[in-house]
Amino acid sequence: MKIFATYNIKGGVGKTTAAVNLSYLSAVDGYRTLLWDLDPQGAASFLFRIKPRVKGGGKALLRGTKALDDAIKGTDFEHLDLLPADFTYRNMDLLLDDKDKKPTRQIAQLLRPLAGEYDHVFLDCPPSISLVSENVMHAADVLLVPLIPTTLSVRTLDQLTEFVAGFDGRQPEILAFFSMVDRRKRLHQEIKEKLLAERPGVAATPIPALSLIERMSVERAPVTAFAPRSQAALAFRALWAEISDDKKTVTDE
Amino acid sequence: MTPDLQGFELDADIADIGSHDPVSAVLDALGQAFGVVTEPGAPGSGARQHTWLDTFDWRLNRAGLVLEYEHKNRGGRLLLTRNEVLQAEQPVSGWRSGRPRLAEDLPAGPVRDQILKLASPRALLPMATASGSLSVTRLLNADGKTVARLVVDRETVTRADQAVQLPPRMTIAEVRGYPGQARRAARLLAETPGVSPARQTAFLEALHALGRHPDDYSNGVTTEITAQMPASVAVATLLLGLLDTVEQNVDGVLRDIDTEFLHDLRVASRRTRSAIKLLGDVLPDGLAAPYAAEFKWLGDLTTPTRDLDVHLLGFDAMAAQLVAASPADLEPFRAFLARRRTREFRRLAAGLRSPRFRALTDDWRKALTEVRDAGRPRKGPTADELAVSRTGRMYRRVIALGGAITADSAPESLHNLRKRCKELRYVLEFFAPLHDPVAYRKVVGDLKQLQDCLGEFQDDEVQRHEIGALADEMLAEHAAPAATLLAMGEIAANLAHSQAEARADFAQRFTRFAGPTEQQRVHDLLDRPVQ
Repeated sequence: MKIFATYNIKGGVGKTTAAVNLSYLSAVDGYRTLLWDLDPQGAASFLFRIKPRVKGGGKALLRGTKALDDAIKGTDFEHLDLLPADFTYRNMDLLLDDKDKKPTRQIAQLLRPLAGEYDHVFLDCPPSISLVSENVMHAADVLLVPLIPTTLSVRTLDQLTEFVAGFDGRQPEILAFFSMVDRRKRLHQEIKEKLLAERPGVAATPIPALSLIERMSVERAPVTAFAPRSQAALAFRALWAEISDDKKTVTDE
Repeated sequence: MTPDLQGFELDADIADIGSHDPVSAVLDALGQAFGVVTEPGAPGSGARQHTWLDTFDWRLNRAGLVLEYEHKNRGGRLLLTRNEVLQAEQPVSGWRSGRPRLAEDLPAGPVRDQILKLASPRALLPMATASGSLSVTRLLNADGKTVARLVVDRETVTRADQAVQLPPRMTIAEVRGYPGQARRAARLLAETPGVSPARQTAFLEALHALGRHPDDYSNGVTTEITAQMPASVAVATLLLGLLDTVEQNVDGVLRDIDTEFLHDLRVASRRTRSAIKLLGDVLPDGLAAPYAAEFKWLGDLTTPTRDLDVHLLGFDAMAAQLVAASPADLEPFRAFLARRRTREFRRLAAGLRSPRFRALTDDWRKALTEVRDAGRPRKGPTADELAVSRTGRMYRRVIALGGAITADSAPESLHNLRKRCKELRYVLEFFAPLHDPVAYRKVVGDLKQLQDCLGEFQDDEVQRHEIGALADEMLAEHAAPAATLLAMGEIAANLAHSQAEARADFAQRFTRFAGPTEQQRVHDLLDRPVQ
């Protein structure tokens, strides 16, 4: 089981959009995929038309696998399940801060029993730096970091890289990708080209800022599903091809 | 009570209504509670073709298993289920399911692992092929979220030149996390006029449509006779049943599908000869005698091929017992057996295609049918009177013959006893429907133990002599390297050893068979016919 997490300290940079589309593409490739909507706002749950509610809330989930197993919902798409958001996730930091357990490893431990059931897990993180995000970083094999090409975003990436480098033992791979790229903005183009040339760990495929992507909230489906031949969908496909291990499984359906 | 999610079908009279799509009533009913969206190209939907496989004698079915071959453009896959729950699956490329294939010839995989012991040495035959389409309809909640799916399976079954359309079968597929919605959909489906729970599995439905049923072949004696039937009618009925078995196996023998067609044909033929010998006197005068000679001819015609089959089937086990020689030393012997079998099989096939065989089966059927349909003769015993007298007579004969055998008796005396035991067993089987089932099982169980010992003794004896004769023939054909002859010598020595063990075991086995408790069981059996 490989765990991907979309993470950025900033909000509104395309984390949920990426998590929803990449998990959908993973499922299309035949991987048994689970998306956990960790954001109490529940945007990913909304996009899959699933109520953002978990019986017993975050507290029950953290107590054990049974509650986790019961909370998982099938999406409309084959091989893709979703663990919905719940408003109690807003207190997740408090729930995770259990002195009897390792507070930063709880999500990793919770996911471990799902290894037989899923090939890929996507964690859609709320923005901020908190115990939740630290848990996610310890659980993930790959941190997918959406970057709007601005100077401040680059600084954020540097800070994150530094933070992860300070982990004892296992560290997730960091893979940044450009998000909400506006072709008309010169600054976007310059920063994108500079970063690609200077830094490893940055995906070559940018996700453009397109109104069709915003339309996902109207269609309540991944853009890769409702407009599979659109420019937006092709960009996510190309990004997924860069991310996934086995690029040969990506088809041009 | 909530119905199961699986296995609904449209009643046949509704399914047949002209161009009107009978499933639309179901969609209307579901539409009262759900948004209904039929999705062309949904996962799992589209055209499909599958073939159900089993051995000729339904070994998988008798073990509660169903084996399906799902046709795909590139290769296919085998699915093994029990009670409609998947047990194992494996891809199988390059297999045309319309052709029989030995279970042991399947590629390695979990399905092969599960069925090999059960099916071998039989081949897997296509029992029915169904083709059609699966359509998937999404059932949506108020948010437009898919909460269950309706899967409709429309199929036509074909076998040889028959094609029969089956009533559409429907299943509610649950979406994870929405079990209540699936149950609700199943309830609505069950309440729709014209829809009822499927009475049987798709496989049974397909067989039924073709006028077949599982277990429509068995190599046992399955004739229905009753106690008060005139003995002549009962015997004619019994012999007609055995003739059916002979004829059912001819095609499989001629196509050389697997070795057991010939085995079953021979057993039915041997039972026929025994029945003629032991019971033929109740048939009209002179009717049976000429056929006894003809069935002897049939036995002789089939023996060489069957003997070679037995050698080849047990070859690996035999080779594995070698201590001094290597199994590889025996390979020229295997090649010799295979060549010899090809030759003998040609003779056998010619015999089964001959006018003599056709005349035997046609005339025998005509003669027996006349007796069966003639009804009660003016005089003569009933079936139960015949059963009691002949079974008792055979039993007393076995006891007398076995009691006379001593440690010094010639091997022929054991061989003779074996033949009588076989006849006793056949008589018991012929009249099985007339006996109390519990008492019958006990008596047959006792007899079987004695037969196993005698069979071991005699088979070892025959095989040992045959190996000697085959060695001579290989030498004459210059097909016998010294290492092969030495290995064959070791096999013969092993057989002699095993035969000696069976011989040593005999006295104890017979004493047990002829003991007071066992004798009482036979008396009880013959005192209490059930019908």
